[in-house]
Amino acid sequence: MTAVAAREAAVEVVDLEATSLRELNQRLHDLAGSRGPAAWRVLNPNGAHAVACGIDAEVDVEVDGHVGYYCAGMNKRATVRIHGNAGPGVAENMMSGLVLVHGNASQSAGATGRGGLLVVRGDASSRCGISMKGIDIVVGGSVGHMSAFMAQTGRLVVCGDAGDALGDSIYEARLYVRGSVAGLGADCVEKELREEHRVELGELLLRAGIEASPKEFRRYGSARQLYNFKVDNAGAY
Amino acid sequence: MCGIVGLFAKSTEVEERLGAHLASMLAQMSDRGPDSAGVAVYRDPVTTGSSKLTLHSADPHERWDELGAVLADEFGGSPEPHTRSSHAVVVVDAEAADVEEWVRVNRPDLRIMSAGSVIEIYKETGSPREFVRRFALDGLQGTHALGHTRMATESRVTTEGSHPFSTGLDLCLVHNGSLSNHNRLRENLRREGIEFQTENDTEVAAGYLSWRLREGAELEEALEGCLRDLDGFYTFAVGTADGFAVLRDPIACKPAVLAETDEWVAMGSEWRALAVLPGAADAEKWEPQPGVVYVWEKARV
Repeated sequence: MTAVAAREAAVEVVDLEATSLRELNQRLHDLAGSRGPAAWRVLNPNGAHAVACGIDAEVDVEVDGHVGYYCAGMNKRATVRIHGNAGPGVAENMMSGLVLVHGNASQSAGATGRGGLLVVRGDASSRCGISMKGIDIVVGGSVGHMSAFMAQTGRLVVCGDAGDALGDSIYEARLYVRGSVAGLGADCVEKELREEHRVELGELLLRAGIEASPKEFRRYGSARQLYNFKVDNAGAY
Repeated sequence: MCGIVGLFAKSTEVEERLGAHLASMLAQMSDRGPDSAGVAVYRDPVTTGSSKLTLHSADPHERWDELGAVLADEFGGSPEPHTRSSHAVVVVDAEAADVEEWVRVNRPDLRIMSAGSVIEIYKETGSPREFVRRFALDGLQGTHALGHTRMATESRVTTEGSHPFSTGLDLCLVHNGSLSNHNRLRENLRREGIEFQTENDTEVAAGYLSWRLREGAELEEALEGCLRDLDGFYTFAVGTADGFAVLRDPIACKPAVLAETDEWVAMGSEWRALAVLPGAADAEKWEPQPGVVYVWEKARV
């Protein structure tokens, strides 16, 4: 076995019942710019906050169990898979890489994310993709109210239903929903699903490992009536 | 930020260990609310014609045995106060309202934490972990319980500003969030005869529920009224003689998780408060929907 192959085969196991969260995250942060284990497994997270957040390295992290707030927040380059449910703000402000939640995600999943892909196999709660700035989010189930609120760029794909006020005050993010939409937020409208959209949707679903036909989705986006100042509205200020 | 927990036993094993489970859940929520903690435990129902009160004294040398003797003279029977740190539980052969009135007139220095036939409320300032130890929660048995850890935002850190708040016989409320229309609502409720001891926002929500229930509303109806009449952020858990109810405001910024097994139903602000329960890994778990009232009661489980 070569040194590289050995490094790839070894899985670094960290049990949070025996190791402090701070130590785990420090070891993951230390991977930035230096060599270390390429595969990690985190046991017994039991709802802890900020598990595997702030990584800047091409590593794989498997988390066995449910996590609390901000898991994989600010992620850069790493792949973090959560074998359980995630609390509020999973992958918030992610820069790049992949975060995969096998269960459900609580509110504000992928909030302010700037890049990378967040996949939630189950449902995501309210405010999914709030203020997203380039992240792609694919949700296998449904999302709650106020999802993609003030979304700037990036794509949000919802294979189930969307709650009330989808895309309120949206800028240039693209939203795809397969099921029903309880209501559209201010300045969010349905738009034509053209071939270029079916292609990008197909690619996102493929990368997310979710089987669904792009043809079944509807596209939503900004009517662009809200975010440009209009002189006609000057009297309202 | 505050932490709230609730546990409803569906088996005698969980009933016997209720206090220990509650203590573990509360300890998990310590950093959500490090300034005060409190619990309402439903246990040891009194016989018909008797009532149970939890009293608090600010005097660490309070002679609870003397109070018991005075209550025996006044109401008959042999009420022996069971003390738990700064609190004592007394069982008196009389209507709760009569005993409450007697305490208000004769011992205004004592604070009535709860009254009814099953409820006991304990609450104090200080760290939740210290609270759990001081009040020996580990040893308590019971059918169901609510707990709260407080990070005060709207009013002072005091025992009376801590949760749970009593909202009537065998009823209580714990709250994570903040209300913005509590001053106006407090004035309106005062005109309806509801009394308030603090400037606390949650006490107003408790008073609102007391008022609606007094006017004949069912618990679910009273909670649905909150959606219309309360302005602000809240996840509420309400304890009743038979169970508990959960409600989140329509915006639902404040977190909540529910989980259920064959042995128990539990709610918490976060999953880590529930992860300490036996069989939690295999529990059915979900987030309560915004603006939806969830109720568990003995008769319905």
